Amino acid sequence: MIDIRQKLDEIGPFVPGADDGLLVCRCEEVTKGEIRRAVHEGIFTIEEMRRYLRNGMGLCQGQTCSRLVKSIMAAELKEAPDYVEPASARAPMRPIEMEILGKDQGGKHE
Amino acid sequence: MNKTADVIIIGGGIVGCAAAYYLAKSGTKNVIVLESTKSIGHGGSCRNGGGVRQSGRDVRELPYAMYGIEHLWPTLSEELGVDVEYTQKGNLRLGKTEAHLKKLQTLADNAKKVGLGVEMVDAKEVQEICPYLSKEIIGASWCPTDGHANPLTTTLGYYKRSLELGVSYYTDAKVASLKKIRGKVRQVILIDGTVFEGEQVILAAGYESRAIARTVGVDLPMTRLIDEMFVTEMQPHMFDIMLGTAAADFYGHQAHHGSFVFGSECGYEEVTDMDDPSKLYTNSMTLSASCRAVMDYVPCLKDAKVVRSWCGWLDNAFDGVPFIGPCLDAEGLIVACGFTGHGFGTAPAVGLMLSQMVHGEKTVVDLSALAPNRFMPNK
Repeated sequence: MIDIRQKLDEIGPFVPGADDGLLVCRCEEVTKGEIRRAVHEGIFTIEEMRRYLRNGMGLCQGQTCSRLVKSIMAAELKEAPDYVEPASARAPMRPIEMEILGKDQGGKHE
Repeated sequence: MNKTADVIIIGGGIVGCAAAYYLAKSGTKNVIVLESTKSIGHGGSCRNGGGVRQSGRDVRELPYAMYGIEHLWPTLSEELGVDVEYTQKGNLRLGKTEAHLKKLQTLADNAKKVGLGVEMVDAKEVQEICPYLSKEIIGASWCPTDGHANPLTTTLGYYKRSLELGVSYYTDAKVASLKKIRGKVRQVILIDGTVFEGEQVILAAGYESRAIARTVGVDLPMTRLIDEMFVTEMQPHMFDIMLGTAAADFYGHQAHHGSFVFGSECGYEEVTDMDDPSKLYTNSMTLSASCRAVMDYVPCLKDAKVVRSWCGWLDNAFDGVPFIGPCLDAEGLIVACGFTGHGFGTAPAVGLMLSQMVHGEKTVVDLSALAPNRFMPNK
């Protein structure tokens, strides 16, 4: 069980950093500062963070940034990197045109 | 750790978070929300198509669907301090056959009886409203006051704002049972044995609500049904309306940042075989079937690339509308579940009404048709 308020008290307030402008998710242009700040708003999991800021939701689906996001979040939460669980990978593993995907397993478009 | 509160809310989805927000806003700040997984909005709240619609709904749901669209959605982004991307540009429900049009006409007639502005439009008008659609479409129903929003930021927006207002949230806090004290539901017991106690308990845990309610002798007749969605890469801005079809082949819209989000099915959803429902595996047939369904109505999207697909479980109520209200057989317990795959758009109104129920006030619309004890033997 995680007591969100207690955890927020433990990690203290958001403190701006010199490298907050660093682009972490290049597809969706999410910065380190935005990710750090969101943790202090109660966003503690990668699943929530993706939905809140769109990091890892673009063309590469987090294949470039997800480990970076994980370590930034863990540092902000004052935890080891393993504390933050990785995001689920979902089909398709590479972006595919609807016309191509629609040919899979029959249908009149085949 | 604070384990007692005025209100304990079971379920950190959009309904639970919205109820917590409206309670805190009205002065009841000693509220605890218990979420069984590690993420707020892990269930259907963040796995839906974002429809904020009135058309196509059961007439029992329409009054509060309309209330939310008139009074709550327009100012929600400002209220929560998060962009919920509410877009009120209308909903077209498309038909390709005479049978489709007949079905749409019946839905429109029923909705009009309770005061909703929904009209039938012909093929030419469909093209005027949205020139990107297939010429095979012969007509549609058109509800200009329908729309869509971003379910992800809406759910987390309610969470964030209620947290700021003083609500306590616990994640990874799975509820095992409820317990009555002197005849009144007061205790909420987690699987690890932790006991929370509240003056009132709101149960908004989707399908899982059924097993929890059972522990105090309340049955909420619903089943679990899988639903899948997919999202494309960003596209140039095309249209702002919400799309659906009479045949329920697919539904969806273009999100603010350019992606198209669509939901569809392969036809085998009712016999889904997943050893562990929490794994949320998608069906290998659904994504291709979904692409075919969308291309049949929006052919110009054939070159749009799909970047992700996902699924979620619906809490499918026996008669297709949710259970909302106090449980007469279990004083102190208020339920809000069984939303049957269309609970997102109504969640703000439901959250507001849950706070009114806690305060013993009259709800903004009458909910007696959705009472959890509405089921009587029919044979």
